[in-house]
Amino acid sequence: MAKSEMARISLTDLKRNFQEVEPGLTGREAVEEANRCLYCYDAPCIQACPTGIDIPTFIKKIASGNLKGSATTIMSANPVGASCARVCPTEELCEGACVLNHSTKPIMIGDLQRHATNWAIQNEQVLFHKGASNGRTVAIIGSGPAGLSAARELALLGYKVTIFEASDKAGGLNTYGIVSFRLPQQISFWEVEQVKSLDVEILTNTTVGKDISAEELQNSYDFIVLAAGMAHVPNLGIEGEELDGVYDAIEFVKETKTKQLTNEFVGKNVVVIGAGNTAIDGATCSVRLGAENVKILYRRTQVEMSAYDFEYEFAKQDGVEFRWLTQPTKIIGDENGRVKAIECLKMELGEPNEDGRRRPAPVNGTEFMIPVDAVIKAIGQTRHQSLIDQFNLEQINGVVQISETYQTSDPNVYACGDVVFGKGKGEAMVVTAAQQGKNVAYAIHHQYEKNSVTA
Amino acid sequence: MADLSTNVAGIKSPNPFWLASAPPTNSGYQVQRAFEAGWGGAVWKTLGDPILNVTSRFAAVSFNGQRVAGFNNIELITDRPLEVNLKEIYETKKKFPNHAVVASLMVEPKQEKWHEIVKRVEEVGVDGLELNFGCPHGMAERGMGSASGQVPELVEKQTYWVKEAAQTPVIVKLTPNITDITSTAEAAVRGGADAVSMINTINSLAGVDLDSWNTIPHVGGKGAHGGYCGPAVKPIALNMVADCARHPNINVPISGIGGISDWKNAVEFMLMGASGVQVCTAAMHHGFRIVEDMIEGLNNYLDGKGIASLSEIIGAAVPKYSEWGNLDLNYKIVAKINNDVCINCNKCHIACEDTSHQCIDMLKDGSGNSYLEVREEDCVGCNLCSIVCPVDGAIDMIEIESEHPPMSWNERQAAFTSNQSYNPDPVK
Repeated sequence: MAKSEMARISLTDLKRNFQEVEPGLTGREAVEEANRCLYCYDAPCIQACPTGIDIPTFIKKIASGNLKGSATTIMSANPVGASCARVCPTEELCEGACVLNHSTKPIMIGDLQRHATNWAIQNEQVLFHKGASNGRTVAIIGSGPAGLSAARELALLGYKVTIFEASDKAGGLNTYGIVSFRLPQQISFWEVEQVKSLDVEILTNTTVGKDISAEELQNSYDFIVLAAGMAHVPNLGIEGEELDGVYDAIEFVKETKTKQLTNEFVGKNVVVIGAGNTAIDGATCSVRLGAENVKILYRRTQVEMSAYDFEYEFAKQDGVEFRWLTQPTKIIGDENGRVKAIECLKMELGEPNEDGRRRPAPVNGTEFMIPVDAVIKAIGQTRHQSLIDQFNLEQINGVVQISETYQTSDPNVYACGDVVFGKGKGEAMVVTAAQQGKNVAYAIHHQYEKNSVTA
Repeated sequence: MADLSTNVAGIKSPNPFWLASAPPTNSGYQVQRAFEAGWGGAVWKTLGDPILNVTSRFAAVSFNGQRVAGFNNIELITDRPLEVNLKEIYETKKKFPNHAVVASLMVEPKQEKWHEIVKRVEEVGVDGLELNFGCPHGMAERGMGSASGQVPELVEKQTYWVKEAAQTPVIVKLTPNITDITSTAEAAVRGGADAVSMINTINSLAGVDLDSWNTIPHVGGKGAHGGYCGPAVKPIALNMVADCARHPNINVPISGIGGISDWKNAVEFMLMGASGVQVCTAAMHHGFRIVEDMIEGLNNYLDGKGIASLSEIIGAAVPKYSEWGNLDLNYKIVAKINNDVCINCNKCHIACEDTSHQCIDMLKDGSGNSYLEVREEDCVGCNLCSIVCPVDGAIDMIEIESEHPPMSWNERQAAFTSNQSYNPDPVK
């Protein structure tokens, strides 16, 4: 391991490795950067933000010292704006659209957003008040970015909202799925509290279909919002998957956020299978748990990988090795049922398939072994098929089908976030889910108002 | 290498950059450090009868993160004994015979007081005197500084008294806290002043603390107005210098003061009639070392223009400064946006739309790309768009050929007056 990584990663104080990587701006830095913003009119950064945050306005408020107003501007457009300040691919969104790309260098919008929301978090601000009750009730399944966002907007519009959350804590992906050194849990919890402060009830440890039936929800609530996200990582479909030391990347990351950090990875060799952002998370978490060597195995090449460039760079800085055109074929265990190696095959790229990416094909006779202590699977996520079935919703391969107004085949059931995310539909970003949650709220309100008028 | 040597009414210095009478020229130690750094001259911190100062004296105004855009002080004249100052002036002059050392003076408006102090400072070898008729705070309450500088008769009389005793050139430093600075400048000239300098500081209150509601600065919870200077006052000072320079009765050299922060500002003041400049706030912000760039920048500017001597630019732009009534009503410029350079911040659009003449359209081309365009027929050539534009070269103000010959308001009025049958004055 290179010297610079030695400084980054402690093998004795693992907890330190999971603290937020990016230091926040100081007050002075934030004001200087805010003053650099041109305060464009009809600014392209606003257009580039899926939630349409009025970025020049929130930045101007930082410059004027109105941090509460700044945080309010951010959070009113994006109920998970504090999380998004940390996890958004800003180069591809707001900062990529900044007009200063054409003259000097773009404004650090993400960092400024983080600065303003940090102020609100540190000063325990409650930024919003619920709207006057309209007597209608909404059940939301899932308290991730989409569900929280829908709940916040509906509560502001006067709906009584109840969220059903299967996990122990609310927040979904932001609470469990994004690595702590990018997004500490307390940020997600603050966003949850902001929503709760609007009299939104969040029932945790409550799985729809187990603790309460879909039918019961349909009978008791005026509207239902399905925002349950996605499920676990699917099986690789190769021999040895059941061995000790084979992990689901989602669960693996979740454990680093919810349990005492384990030191069982110190000095170990880890491979991660897949090259999306979750794979990067699995790899960088492994490095931070003290792994000696971490390799990402991907059956295609850097060009086809779905991880963001900045995540790829981050992983490389962490010393993660990338093995392109490498397909795992078998996981080999020792006599105790523990992983000891993984067998792989070299691949080559053929013609593009339906999603436009070149199809990988095995190169015969290229089998090779990598000795490993752990295998982390990160090849996508499965769908909450049974939940969708319980509501009897139209779907394609577990992707809930919706109208332009996020209405499912059941007119009183709306869906947003990863449950509606299908291939070729842009990117599954937190910020997109947040906007969808808002849109669902407006669609429900529109339906309610239309019905009120006709009634 | 251009000749930067300067002569203000007989007071010579190797370059036009003098330190103004202020905290930077409080002692021999400081003035000598300044000369070592390259300053051409120094006006010693004002000498007079003993005074007492308060603590908490300065305050500054930041603008969008830029510190010291403006500067405010409530410090009085020197609080060191006259003998100490005189001794240090003597030593300084001895060490730096080719640098200008000017004594700033302020005493009660009495003939004998002026005679006495003039004699004492001239004995130690100063190159000139500057009469402080400008300090707006503290001393003014005692009838000195701007209190006497605001009354033309007192300016004239006191200048006269000084001239009765003085052997060296006398500069009268004027206060801007007056409706028309040329009236006091004229009074100084009538009193025999060899030069005038301007501006002293402007009455100011730098701010109010939003939590304590104390003034900024405050002295134990109480504040009083101070004197404002620094970059923010430059346009005010430049106008006053130019007004005096073009005044037919004010035909003495001018020492320009007010917000001069770099060689460019110095060139502007000299083009508008200053024979030399005085600097304070910029030195207080950055230290004496800034003069190195001032000298070098000025020299490179003159070399670049092929001007051999600084004296050639003094007042060169004064004929271009006049009254509104002499401006050509038929001169027309319009804004032109260069879309290749434009970064589409739309600041010009919103500025024009909300606050000017609604002539910049936000449009989309065939492929859906945004661009901005000026409707020239509606553009009044106000410059606002080019002022708010953050990119150099994105907006040019282009001259449009006029169908009419040049005609000023005054010429127009004169023409109509000679044609009595028709009164076109739209105002009446």
